[in-house]
Amino acid sequence: MHIPDGFLNVATVATTYAVSAGGVGNAVRIANKKLGEKQVPLMGVMAAFIFAAQMLNFPIAGGTSGHLTGAALASILLGPWASVLIMTCVLIAQSLIFQDGGLLALGANILNMGIIASFSSYYVYRLIMSLMGNNKRNMLIGSFAGAWIATVLSASAAAVELAVSGVSPLHLVLPAMAGVHALIGIGEGLITGAVLGAVLAARADLLQLKPI
Amino acid sequence: MKSKWWLIGLLVCLVLASLAPLASSSPDGLERVAEDKGFIDMAQAAPFQVIADYVFPGIQNETLATILAGLTGTLILFAFVYLLSWVLVYRKRSGRSEA
Repeated sequence: MHIPDGFLNVATVATTYAVSAGGVGNAVRIANKKLGEKQVPLMGVMAAFIFAAQMLNFPIAGGTSGHLTGAALASILLGPWASVLIMTCVLIAQSLIFQDGGLLALGANILNMGIIASFSSYYVYRLIMSLMGNNKRNMLIGSFAGAWIATVLSASAAAVELAVSGVSPLHLVLPAMAGVHALIGIGEGLITGAVLGAVLAARADLLQLKPI
Repeated sequence: MKSKWWLIGLLVCLVLASLAPLASSSPDGLERVAEDKGFIDMAQAAPFQVIADYVFPGIQNETLATILAGLTGTLILFAFVYLLSWVLVYRKRSGRSEA
């Protein structure tokens, strides 16, 4: 759901850039304080994984495709602020090098797929874990739910930005975006759960690191 | 060997990136909505192109060009985020020793 240039008006571009700049600045400050040596290679691998996985569009119904966003995976493994940093780097590289997502829309894309997706997935996951108990099965349920909600919420945020920009009325674009991404979110949830399960089997200690 | 787990992780990412030519080329969620609601034509092309649309420039074979774009991006993101995180960890250390 990378927004290209041309969709957002000046006010929306300026607002989303300001909010994202604040969020990313805070992410840098918090990572600077809390990031540990052990997390450095994991940060790099996570960014590489999210970039590679985002290239792998899977078909959903009606001649439409979706791909992993990855914010849920990153925020559950590393914490929401670390995830904001990783998503920001991925989105900047996609916009500058691969012409995927506009330069002016970068602030909005970071807000939707970075900040909103990271925090919603992280807290939904935490909520489910604390309500249902900390075990492997609930981890998979929590990561699926977190990833699904994050996908629908970031798509809804994109819809609001499009509507505010006067591109399409909210009562049309919001249900359309949320509806398509409710399907894509199932893929996001399944992949997030599968990768977390694999990490749990191979390196369970990585999930014991303090979230950032 | 256990400390080199991330090398295996990076290798898995590179293998995933090499599968990119198999990805669905259907429009994604936002493109589908933009087509259905009639605002897809508002999209503007980027002012410059580097590895536009994940196709490495100057390579005739499109499969190869896509794989190369995927490998390039995967390595760039690993290197950049590793370096950024390393700097964030290192700067914290030097800050502490000065205090």
